[in-house]
Amino acid sequence: MFVPCDRGGGSASSDFKGFTLLMPAVSVGNVGQLATDLVISTLNMTKVGYFYTDCLVPMVGNNPYATAEENSMELSINAEVYSLPSKKLVVLQIRSPFIKNKYRPFCETLLSWVKSSKCARVVLLSSSHAYQRDDEQLLGTPLRYLLTPDLEKAVGGLMQELNWKEMEKVAAYPGINDTEKVLHIPGGGITKLLFTESCSRGIQMAVLLKFCSEGDNIPDAFALVNYLNEWLQLVKSEVNTSSQWKIPSSWRLLFGNGLPPALF
Amino acid sequence: MPELLLQTEAKEGRRASHRLPASGRCCILCHTALTHYLFVVSPESREKVLASVFQYPRGNYRLGDRNAFILSAKEIDVLWTLKSGASTESSADEPFVCSKFIVAIGHNAAAFLSSFILDSVCWEVVGVVKLWNEWCRTSNTTNVLPTDSFCLFYRLISDPTVLLCQCSCYVAEDQQFQWLEKVFGCMRKEDLQVTVLSTCPVADYKTQESTLTLPSPFLKALKTKEFKEEVCCPLLEQPNIVRDLPAAVLSYCQVWQIPAVLYQCYTDVIKLDTVTIEAFKPLLSSKILKSLVKDVSESTKILKKLLTTNETHNNIYI
Repeated sequence: MFVPCDRGGGSASSDFKGFTLLMPAVSVGNVGQLATDLVISTLNMTKVGYFYTDCLVPMVGNNPYATAEENSMELSINAEVYSLPSKKLVVLQIRSPFIKNKYRPFCETLLSWVKSSKCARVVLLSSSHAYQRDDEQLLGTPLRYLLTPDLEKAVGGLMQELNWKEMEKVAAYPGINDTEKVLHIPGGGITKLLFTESCSRGIQMAVLLKFCSEGDNIPDAFALVNYLNEWLQLVKSEVNTSSQWKIPSSWRLLFGNGLPPALF
Repeated sequence: MPELLLQTEAKEGRRASHRLPASGRCCILCHTALTHYLFVVSPESREKVLASVFQYPRGNYRLGDRNAFILSAKEIDVLWTLKSGASTESSADEPFVCSKFIVAIGHNAAAFLSSFILDSVCWEVVGVVKLWNEWCRTSNTTNVLPTDSFCLFYRLISDPTVLLCQCSCYVAEDQQFQWLEKVFGCMRKEDLQVTVLSTCPVADYKTQESTLTLPSPFLKALKTKEFKEEVCCPLLEQPNIVRDLPAAVLSYCQVWQIPAVLYQCYTDVIKLDTVTIEAFKPLLSSKILKSLVKDVSESTKILKKLLTTNETHNNIYI
């Protein structure tokens, strides 16, 4: 459930009517979550609330977007909501994996919050296993999109102009029967569940995903966030696409500590 | 098609009988002492009992949608003996007033409280948590050794609003939320202040230098927004995080605006160890614990006793 940061007169800060909700799916390489970190950090978004749920593994730490000593002491939990009213953007960041059997309850809670807070649309950042691509998908761009029917009417044309590729459907019984096609997003976590639920509930949702593998996923995060930027225009596009995004201070030491000097 | 009542028997004499729905594929669950067996019965072979057998780990199952059995979150029970001495289930009575709640998670933190704060004169046992998971099992006995797994609640007799918890058992991820709801659900949260003590391997500490050269054990703190007092040690810097029950307690306090502080001791010893326990000593001068500290000579005696109880298990090379 959504719990606002300040309970007092801050009801204005939790009014998301007409906003775009940006959120990651916990997926292969954590690319969606890294991309969301870049958005929050670059746009300097303010935290407006927590998404208190029993579906995610608990974790706490100090402010991951701290820029100086003063703002480094605020506690952050595993699911928080940030907002930027000037761009009508609200972001939900998820920082830990799902607890077993809690995928469906989480989707239920999330989608009912989307409906009750009257968000205009949801953009889900996700990723899928690169090794599951077929021959055609191996060539060309590794980025894909998906739109629910309600959003297709609104922005379908824009996607054509941007020359984006829609996520292909795969045969339900490969090798046996090629006529029945289904959506298959291996390694995408709750992506498919959220997407199919949104389709059936009439929620406007777009899924932006990248094919990738586990490893150093920072370049994948940059690719995904630039892909998002082509559509939403959150920051001004520059020639050197990686310099316009600010890396948060919590991305230090992603691959472990320094080495012991005695090792050599 | 009529309903079929199926009875299955397993070696240890446990039975499970389930009414099968009239049509479609269905699953039947039965169990022996160690494992559950899931029988998938197809409509054609109903009389033959089983088409496939799957072995499932032990746990509580419930019937979910599409006739499949789903492993439920492992239930935990919090039993309070607050008022008349009779055990009551949590939240049976009115929530009780609590001004200070001190939680020690892990063997070393629990031993620190046993040595420096707790005694049988000033404190009484008021609650126990009974749980089971793949790592440990606790029972509702209050007579425990420091090396057992247990989760007990104590109350200061002279000031019944001071509550203390020693939790040396591991609370699994799908039990942590239940623990929070059942424990915090019983107390009134106005003017509540929470202190959490826990330990963690120093190998998990992320720093620019190698952890080999770090002088351990050392203390680091994390506090919620509402906590305005002094902390006894430096704050935990990014990119370090805290997990498990200490993180669950702190998340709860941050969301519901309860002032809380977590003191995490990074140590390179896994077992009960006096050096790690003594690393918590700076806390004895903090505002919350200052008034609760008992006689120092008592503490040294208890620490020695703890060591010897533990070391009798370590004599395998003698």
